[in-house]
Amino acid sequence: MSPPKGLLQIENLSLEIGGVPVLKDVDLAIERGEVMGLVGESGSGKSMTALTIMQLLPHAARARGSVIFDGIDILAATEDQMCALRGDDIGMVFQEPMTALNPVKTIGGQVAEGIRWHTRVSRAEAEDRARQILDRVGLPEAKFPLSRYPHELSGGQRQRVVIAIACALKPKLLIADEPTTALDVVLQAQILDLLRDLVAENRMGLLLISHDLAVVTEMADRITILRHGEVMEAGETARVLSEQEHPYTRQLAQASMHVPRRKETAIGRWAIGSREGSDNVRLPTADLPTAIPLLSVQSISRLYPGRRTSLFRRDAPVHAVDDVSFTIAPGQSVALVGRSGCGKSTLARMILALDKPSSGEIRFRGETITGRSEADLKPARRDMQVVFQDPYGSFDPRQKVEKLVAEPLHLLEAQPSPAERRDMVVHALREVGLSETDLNKYPHEFSGGQRQRLSIARALITRPRLIVADEPVSALDVSIRAQVLDLFADLNDRLGVAYLFITHDLTVARAITDEVMVMHDGRIVERGPTPSVLDSPRSEAAQALVAAAPDLHRALAKKIREQG
Amino acid sequence: MTAYLLKRIAIAIATLVLASLVVFAVLEIVPGDPARLMLGMNASAEQVEQLRTQMGLNDPLLLRYLHWAGDLLTLDLGRSLTYSVPVLDLVRERVAVSLPLALIALALSAVIAIPVGLYSASRRGHAGDTLAMGAAQIGVAIPNFWFALMLIYLFAVWLRLVPAGGFPGWGNGIWPALKSLLLPAVALALPQAAILARVTRSALIDVLNEDYIRTARAKGLPYRAVLWQHALRNAMIPVLTILGLQFAFLLAGTIIIENVFYLPGLGRLVFQAITQRDLIVVESVVMLLVAAVIAVNLIVDLSYAIVDPRLRGRE
Amino acid sequence: MTLPVDVSREKPERLVARAFANRSFVIGFVIAVSVVAMALLSFFWTPFDVTKLVIADKTQAPSLTHWFGTDHFGRDILSMVMVGARNSIAVALVAVGIGMGIGVPLGCLAAARGGWLDEIVMRLNDLVFAFPALLSAIMITAIFGPGAVNAIIAIGIFNIPVFARVSRAGALAIWPREYILAARAAGKNRTLITLEHVLPNIATLLLVQGTIQFALGILAEASLSYVGLGSQPPMPSWGRMLFEAQTRMAIAPWMAIFPGMAIVVTVLGLNLLGDGIADILDPKSRRRS
Repeated sequence: MSPPKGLLQIENLSLEIGGVPVLKDVDLAIERGEVMGLVGESGSGKSMTALTIMQLLPHAARARGSVIFDGIDILAATEDQMCALRGDDIGMVFQEPMTALNPVKTIGGQVAEGIRWHTRVSRAEAEDRARQILDRVGLPEAKFPLSRYPHELSGGQRQRVVIAIACALKPKLLIADEPTTALDVVLQAQILDLLRDLVAENRMGLLLISHDLAVVTEMADRITILRHGEVMEAGETARVLSEQEHPYTRQLAQASMHVPRRKETAIGRWAIGSREGSDNVRLPTADLPTAIPLLSVQSISRLYPGRRTSLFRRDAPVHAVDDVSFTIAPGQSVALVGRSGCGKSTLARMILALDKPSSGEIRFRGETITGRSEADLKPARRDMQVVFQDPYGSFDPRQKVEKLVAEPLHLLEAQPSPAERRDMVVHALREVGLSETDLNKYPHEFSGGQRQRLSIARALITRPRLIVADEPVSALDVSIRAQVLDLFADLNDRLGVAYLFITHDLTVARAITDEVMVMHDGRIVERGPTPSVLDSPRSEAAQALVAAAPDLHRALAKKIREQG
Repeated sequence: MTAYLLKRIAIAIATLVLASLVVFAVLEIVPGDPARLMLGMNASAEQVEQLRTQMGLNDPLLLRYLHWAGDLLTLDLGRSLTYSVPVLDLVRERVAVSLPLALIALALSAVIAIPVGLYSASRRGHAGDTLAMGAAQIGVAIPNFWFALMLIYLFAVWLRLVPAGGFPGWGNGIWPALKSLLLPAVALALPQAAILARVTRSALIDVLNEDYIRTARAKGLPYRAVLWQHALRNAMIPVLTILGLQFAFLLAGTIIIENVFYLPGLGRLVFQAITQRDLIVVESVVMLLVAAVIAVNLIVDLSYAIVDPRLRGRE
Repeated sequence: MTLPVDVSREKPERLVARAFANRSFVIGFVIAVSVVAMALLSFFWTPFDVTKLVIADKTQAPSLTHWFGTDHFGRDILSMVMVGARNSIAVALVAVGIGMGIGVPLGCLAAARGGWLDEIVMRLNDLVFAFPALLSAIMITAIFGPGAVNAIIAIGIFNIPVFARVSRAGALAIWPREYILAARAAGKNRTLITLEHVLPNIATLLLVQGTIQFALGILAEASLSYVGLGSQPPMPSWGRMLFEAQTRMAIAPWMAIFPGMAIVVTVLGLNLLGDGIADILDPKSRRRS
């Protein structure tokens, strides 16, 4: 083992929290000016590694091993010594920009505070320096005076403030814990660029923690892959990812690039009406002429009243969705992509008749659903189901699987008997790879991926023709995500169910959709076959999305060129 | 800012109007004819009828309400039936006892509770915290009038340090008056302090779990500085809410405590007026107390805006 | 990141085991059960007959015969405390029932419908909160006459906005959850969603608030009885016993000490029980201590 001359030297670090082992014999070293990527799925101990370096662990945590930062033994350091290091020599950026800033203090005050504390300069001088660093992170004085409060800033802007706080004193080491996970791809690219520049300018070491292999590959000189608190593999980024010596590295890389196998483009299939040898496929054409689209959205808009500025005055209304029209054919899988806040979720809610359009009309299977009463909507709801993003929030924690999955059966005209109901639930569970034995479990007894399967089972139980899926895999780890995408593709093949996939993640769109619609500021700015839109986007919004989207192939190719 | 302010003020006014309607309605359905009460049982029916007309009791309901509300607004509160003095004078005299009492109690409660809450939150789980919260738990359970009796027994009957009750009036010097308000104030304040200490502690602990506390710690600020500069202000909102509620409670709490200590305050006045059916006094004092509660709630709402910039918005 | 165990997701057996490992819950539970048992026992047996006046035994200090001493009529204080418990529990319990029975539906309705209905419910809440509760209770009982029933109504009215507020806040936190959207996509109406998803998920909150209001009800009943507006003699009540003790503090302090202790212990027990339930069932508050 080499003598500790690097910036940060972690050796044999083990960590227990309340007796539960979190890290086991972790080794990790960062040189000055080096970017180290720490990759792992949820529960791998990435964040705990960062908090150990900062000594901001929960009270019940016990660490063993050695953590040497710049010649200082962190595990033996007193709280006073740590206070001197934090914010001065080690800065940290957190995942959740919306909650990382104190809501009752100005951004200037929050940036200047650390400067004053460490350098003991006057308030005026600290504010001066705060001004400089805020300018540097892209928050110029004219638009973002020091007197702004966090709630007046967007998520991306707030993350810039957090970065300004972390980098105000040009630390030797910057720790960024999932700094872009809560942001959309375009913001993510901007923040990553900023981090890269700041690190290069000041020769900082950067510990970049992420679950996203593509992001880390783009950024890091070396990577460390963590799983269940143990280091699986570590080394130069290009070498580790091109050779993929460790089976887990290979598994992660493959899952990140996974594209489900699909029989053929579904749209072609349904356009000709049927297909030989597919008796297990339920034909939506049986009772419906193919000329009628499954879903037809005709120039719908959704206005939200403007912010109230005084008792009698309001800002101009906001067009969340602005004159959108499109159709989806039976069996077709369509992606709706766009940046956060572009109106895609509002659009989805209107299609699901959970929100009313301000104008325009939505037709499902030829019949309008706009302005219908709940009772009249029943047939449409039966044929149109939903899968949500959050596999934790989409189930009532107090109900068992049987009841949860059976919920949409409420929509049937003739209520099935308990035995029939059970059979239907079991059938739906089998369809998504779960089993009868799961009937009496509560949702918490399942993993995130299994819960998303449950969510799909619930959506399938009424045999719908269309499933609207709002970011259905973005909360899942990559390996689980690959499995759930396979399931979606498989159901599309076997059951001919059409999808509207709402996502900000272009790899998801590429994986399982035939067509892509790009949404920007409430409008659909581009639509076309998935490969052509993603490979040669025409609109500015689509180009920005494609350019910003992390892509493991591309990132790795670039890294290999750089690192040889 | 203005939108929030205006909305709160509008709500306060609306609540006050509704409250006056309720008071008016309640007094309408109360059995007993004020004219008959004033004239006594020997008066003839004609005399009563004449006085009724004179007092406006035969006017239509709405007119009577408007008349009554107008009088209230101009502080023309009428004359007490039993004391035969203007109600305004009566109230003024009694407020001079009750208001200082409630304010002393409120101040005492805040001065005790907030430091204890701070201490407990920052030493969470340690012996001091356990002890303080144990004491607070018991304090919350103590009825203030029983606590008052125990204080009287201990300090007045046994140790003979303070008078057991009565009020010498402000005219005989500030100190004797304050001395006679001391035990009542303590009796009112301690159970309230126990509640407030618990609220302060849990509000602080909630705030200390927030992400921005971790950000502040990551800046290198020591724990104490984080507590004072970041946590305290954010924890003030629930504390202010409870302080506002406590003021209302203290105002009403004086009814009982003033009875225990024989203090000539508003509480005793309203209590006696109710039992003697002196409705003119009852309605005036009740409206006064309700207005005070609404005003305090409004002040609390406005102080939220000072603490929390999110409520201020941009101009 | 700590590993939060959401207890609502636990098996019932584990929950019971955890409940009895919680100090607050155990102490509160034991006290509450004892007070109720004492009240029930008083229907069949008390050490002395509380309706019989024995002037010869008046104002006796606590002794082996009269554990808590006797009052100015020679009645046994322990026996009166036992009988008084009935009154306190009954008044507070029914008042909580009134508050929950009216307040919870109102709060759930306000949360489910939103808009002007919500506004009306909230403004009515503000209105009730504008009246100092004790003052109004005194007014109500004074106007309609003193007695246990009017005390119940007076206390109950002030429980309504408390439960309306708590259930509204709880329901508002549940409504944006995705499982509610899923239920709406399954065609369920607001009433059904409230019954199936909202109420079960705010039940804990209501249970905790219920114990708090129960404790406050006991305090309020004592206050009303103390000023002579609660239940009437000869039925003993804790507040009334304190009133009668007041003028005899110098000669018979035990007349005040024991009924007061009864109130303190009962209220303490209920508050501990509420804290305990909140601790056990709400992981967020659990991380606090």
